[in-house]
Amino acid sequence: MSDTITFTIDGVEIQGRRGQTILEAADDAGVYIPRLCAFKDLSPYGACRVCTVMANGRPQAACTQPIAEGMVVENDTEQLKKVRRDIVEMLFVEGNHFCMFCEKSGNCELQAMAYRLGIAAPKYPYLNPKREVDASHPDILVDHNRCILCARCVRASKDLDGKNVFQFIGRGPHKKVGVNAEANLSDTNADVTDKALDVCPVGALLRKRVGYAVPVGKRLYDLEPIGSDIEAKRAGQEK
Amino acid sequence: MSTNGMKKITIEPVTRVEGHGKVTILLDEQNQVKQARLHIVEFRGFERFVQGRPYWEVPVLVERLCGICPVSHHLAAAKAMDWIVGGENLTPTAEKMRRLMHYGQMFQSHALHFFHLCSPDLLFGFDADVAIRNVIGVAAKYPALAVQGVMMRKYGQELIKATAGKKIHGTGAIPGGINKNLSIAERDGFLKDLDQMVEWSRSALKIAKDYTVAHLDTLASFGSFESSHLSLVRADGAMDLYHGNLKAIDAEGNSIFDQVDYQNYLDYIREEVRPWSYMKFPFITSLGPEKGWYRVGPLARLNTCTFIDTPEAEAARKEFMALTDGKPNNITMAYHWARMIELLHSIEKIKALLHDADLQGTDLVTKGNRRDEAVGLIEAPRGTLFHHYRVNKNDQIVMANLIVSTTNNNEPMNRAVELVARQHLSGVKITEGLLNRVEVAIRAYDPCLSCATHALGKMPLEMEILDAEGNVLDRKAR
Ligand code: FES
Repeated sequence: MSDTITFTIDGVEIQGRRGQTILEAADDAGVYIPRLCAFKDLSPYGACRVCTVMANGRPQAACTQPIAEGMVVENDTEQLKKVRRDIVEMLFVEGNHFCMFCEKSGNCELQAMAYRLGIAAPKYPYLNPKREVDASHPDILVDHNRCILCARCVRASKDLDGKNVFQFIGRGPHKKVGVNAEANLSDTNADVTDKALDVCPVGALLRKRVGYAVPVGKRLYDLEPIGSDIEAKRAGQEK
Repeated sequence: MSTNGMKKITIEPVTRVEGHGKVTILLDEQNQVKQARLHIVEFRGFERFVQGRPYWEVPVLVERLCGICPVSHHLAAAKAMDWIVGGENLTPTAEKMRRLMHYGQMFQSHALHFFHLCSPDLLFGFDADVAIRNVIGVAAKYPALAVQGVMMRKYGQELIKATAGKKIHGTGAIPGGINKNLSIAERDGFLKDLDQMVEWSRSALKIAKDYTVAHLDTLASFGSFESSHLSLVRADGAMDLYHGNLKAIDAEGNSIFDQVDYQNYLDYIREEVRPWSYMKFPFITSLGPEKGWYRVGPLARLNTCTFIDTPEAEAARKEFMALTDGKPNNITMAYHWARMIELLHSIEKIKALLHDADLQGTDLVTKGNRRDEAVGLIEAPRGTLFHHYRVNKNDQIVMANLIVSTTNNNEPMNRAVELVARQHLSGVKITEGLLNRVEVAIRAYDPCLSCATHALGKMPLEMEILDAEGNVLDRKAR
């Protein structure tokens, strides 16, 4: 049996490898599928649903759904863009996201996603939840106001750092990222060099005292929209 | 509504986003002005909101406080955070970039105030119909002036963008330094229009000066009173809008204190709370709340400094001081002239900075021993701005206190309104003349009320006269 799998995304024929998810195969082919919880070195999780595509006519999370021979995937359609916009807007109103003074601004995937999807202001009412800041660790700040529960830090701490510093606690609207200790992050073995700190898509998990060091204009998404790096691959392949 | 048998006349500007004000004139039984109260709703939520936030976030967060002078708050907070991280001795590049940002802000703010808000009063007279006496009227009758105002404002805003990253709500100043330098391309862009900006600043100064001198008869007494004056000055006594030590003088020019390290401002300045106002009343501790109030802003700075270190502004300062024989100038309407001297000073400073190779340096941040408490002061366009913070060992803000320029000028503005009311209220009828003059007097201080800086330069006013029983006798609105 051949290891190559041929399928289409928005009518374009794509060759992927057996065992890849739609998202992975699309990435390799230079097709960007929006995502927030998926991250390259982390196992698929399927939490945010921003990567929702239509696979053979059914909505699926591209980050968890494996590719199959002849699969017909829709990605860049008006209907899916609307779904993604709605999801991202809900993420915005669910937390306390003040982009205008957040140090992650310009480097934030949630903000960049909103720009890419053309969200000006959320249509849903802000929930203004009361959330905590854990500044107990000498070098790390946790600001739950900005957490979108993507589980990247949970996975990275376990799989990349081998530590298990972060865990989800609570359910439904009370769900939050907790730490593996009595009370605070300072009681864990979290360290400023942990990979978990690199994967947070928003400004919820931060290294202290380095905010704003990169000037406006030099930040990750100041010039190019999120996903441009992936799309550049395709442009390269077409040349 | 009545208070102890007094009648109240209320002038109420239409509410907009940041803080708004209203004027209440209290009459006695003989219908004479007993007291005027300028109520300003100050946005105090910040001091609570900032609790628990990490200190490095504050210089950016605080820009949300005021849509009118965000750069001043950004820099005052950054100066406090320099002290927190022990980085108060900035690298030359960091200090000069911040100064460039600040002079850019001063330049655009003073240009905006003069051309959009004040020039209609000067060009058309206080009594001109408000339908004409606004920036649209200026644009129609003096199109060249209106264009200059817009271009000067834009120049200042571009300087802010080049130093802070954005025209509004930039991130340039960080604890202990700055996050970028000025590229050669950016510098050359500013040099191109520089001479024009200097030229226009000279002519704006001339308009303000000529007007003040020509109308001295009426202006000298208009809402004027003797007062103390306070500002930062440099160690050698020179005007310094970005940094220095606190100096206060009395109405005669005698020193009250001089070269006070502003980290110790609490030993010299206190704030009084009055039940009828949301805004506090700061005073010089040694003089007490009755006598200790003072003025800040362009007029105060001209009075406190012993010289200006740029040649054209210094020549202008000498002319300005000659008007009052070298004594402090206490004429409220002289704020406009003083403001234009600072406009010229700012562009002279910008010119010197643009020719300074330190702006292309790469050593941007310094740090030293961490501290838990810090004060940051700056001379904002409207006057001395105080930021005071305490930070816990987890790097979170646990206390913030701000004294903004307009708060420093609270008592003087109340006095100016009261004087104008005494001078121009006759009977219990509201006249256009009274409305106009109250507006002009408030505007001299350039308070950061959104109503005072209404887009068209027209302060929306509502005035009511109430008798002792609270019946409305007369009402006028714009
Ligand atoms: S990226 Fe697929 S569910 Fe979040």
